[in-house]
Amino acid sequence: MSDPARAAAPRGSGFWADTLHRVVRNWAAVAGGTVVVLFIAVALFAPVLSPYDPLKGRLGERLRAPSGAHWLGTDELGRDVLSRVLHGARITVQIQLAAVGLALAVGAALGLAAGYIGRWVDQLIMRLMDILMAFPGIFLALAIIAALGTGLGNVIIAAGIFLVPQFARVVRASVLTLKDMEFVQAARALGQGDFAIVFRYLLPNSLAPIIVQTSLRMATVLLTASGLSFLGLGVQPPSPEWGAMLSNARSYMITAPHVAMIPGLAIALVVLGFNLLGDGLRDSLDPRLRE
Amino acid sequence: MIAYITRRLLLIAPVLLGVSIGSFALLQLVPGDPAMILAGQEATEEVLTRIRHEHGLDQPVPVQFLVYLRNAVRGNLGISIQSRQPVATLIAQRFPFTLRLAFLAILVSAALGVVAGIVAATRRNSMLDLAALLGSLVGISLPIFWLGLLMMLVFSVRLQWFPAGGSGTATHLVLPALVLGASSSAVIARMTRASMLEVLRQDYVRTARAKGLRERIVIYRHALKNAMIPILTVFGLEFGYNLGGAVLTETVFSLPGLGRLIVEGIFARDYPVVQGAMLVVATTFVLVNLLTDIAYAFFDPRIRYE
Repeated sequence: MSDPARAAAPRGSGFWADTLHRVVRNWAAVAGGTVVVLFIAVALFAPVLSPYDPLKGRLGERLRAPSGAHWLGTDELGRDVLSRVLHGARITVQIQLAAVGLALAVGAALGLAAGYIGRWVDQLIMRLMDILMAFPGIFLALAIIAALGTGLGNVIIAAGIFLVPQFARVVRASVLTLKDMEFVQAARALGQGDFAIVFRYLLPNSLAPIIVQTSLRMATVLLTASGLSFLGLGVQPPSPEWGAMLSNARSYMITAPHVAMIPGLAIALVVLGFNLLGDGLRDSLDPRLRE
Repeated sequence: MIAYITRRLLLIAPVLLGVSIGSFALLQLVPGDPAMILAGQEATEEVLTRIRHEHGLDQPVPVQFLVYLRNAVRGNLGISIQSRQPVATLIAQRFPFTLRLAFLAILVSAALGVVAGIVAATRRNSMLDLAALLGSLVGISLPIFWLGLLMMLVFSVRLQWFPAGGSGTATHLVLPALVLGASSSAVIARMTRASMLEVLRQDYVRTARAKGLRERIVIYRHALKNAMIPILTVFGLEFGYNLGGAVLTETVFSLPGLGRLIVEGIFARDYPVVQGAMLVVATTFVLVNLLTDIAYAFFDPRIRYE
């Protein structure tokens, strides 16, 4: 550490370095981030980590309590619950990434258009978002499932469309604030085109709220998708999707409560992880919340 | 105030129109011939022609929509494919139950959330504050259906305090209302805390304290009243969220509400029921939000002039 410039600026500057620094100081973000990283690792390595095949059971070993051979017991078909929960993480990550990705792409595009173009385009897009948001909670997802049918792909669409208005609103709000700032005005005065202004100035500077929303919405998507599966309207058995596992296990609640409790605990833990991360990120990234 | 209400009413008109287009479009989005969906797969061409004529499916789509809208406004939401009863009758039987459940849940969340929020705000950065913060994060993270099963296992199966499902008496609603209210109370606790902290920084609170008023009076009479105003809007949103959560809660506790009606309707491909129920839920939600916005403007005059 002999370099005086380094000593004077102990941490790197710039968006990512600043962010990392603030995030690490925030215990919620660290705790949530740890859960999220572990969850993604489990999803990636589920086939290696799982002691048994998640879909094959031994009928002689039905509804066993947790033991040395089956750490989390077995379900109504003698399948290893641990292996199923681990494989369920894979399905969950797929749904989350696809649904949030879809919502982010569509929502951000609509939010940018509404905020940047303004006038009737803004009115049209935002009224459309109001209509989507008029179907409260899980109803919009249910309507989409009613029209398209059940299954993984439709769950992704249903859970994704549900979130489009959230992303559109966040991006629009951010663009509206940024649009009139001096650095954007300056870029325009220097002759930068709309395309450059949107992609070089507006979008990069909206990253903070987008990242926070993405983390929080990963939690929402999981609750919506597993809720649909729990109702029997989402991912269908024998898939080890957590909501579907829970739905099956309801019939055995009294004799073998662990079969229902474990997938629910997995959902709660991952949702909590993303909520903690999103909350922590908001505290670290949102300048208005800094005191 | 009247100008504000008029403006808000004008704003919801296009939303309600869009909602009705949305629920009308549901049947159009279903792959396949709507007439066959209404009549069943094995319907003869004769029956299909009759169904098309009866339901106006031989008309252009915009005309179909106008007919749908006219009927809906008159309270005619079509006939259920499964039970052959008017959809409006089915909804009238089931919706009051869901409304009551959602309302009880809001009461639960108001009681729990506001108290936790005040405690957290007045004892900022204490262990209680941290506990409230953690508790509310856990509250919004628990899947409703899992919390429901857990409560049922503990309070119905083990302790036998409450019935495990079904409806009829008030005790049947205790667990469902608690389960449904849990996540809303988390949201309301966080809002209350933030809003209280904001208000406690204001000059008039300092003045109240400087006058020598007791802390209890400062908090409850001066601060809380003002802090509650922004929380009002959250109640509206949470009420809608509870209508959604009721779908899951009703399934867990086998309750005869609108949520079950929709889920059963989706399973049975009873599209008129699904369409009608969606329309009613969305309209209710829009109206509840309108009411909370008006209440907000009533309590906080600044809003009216925005």
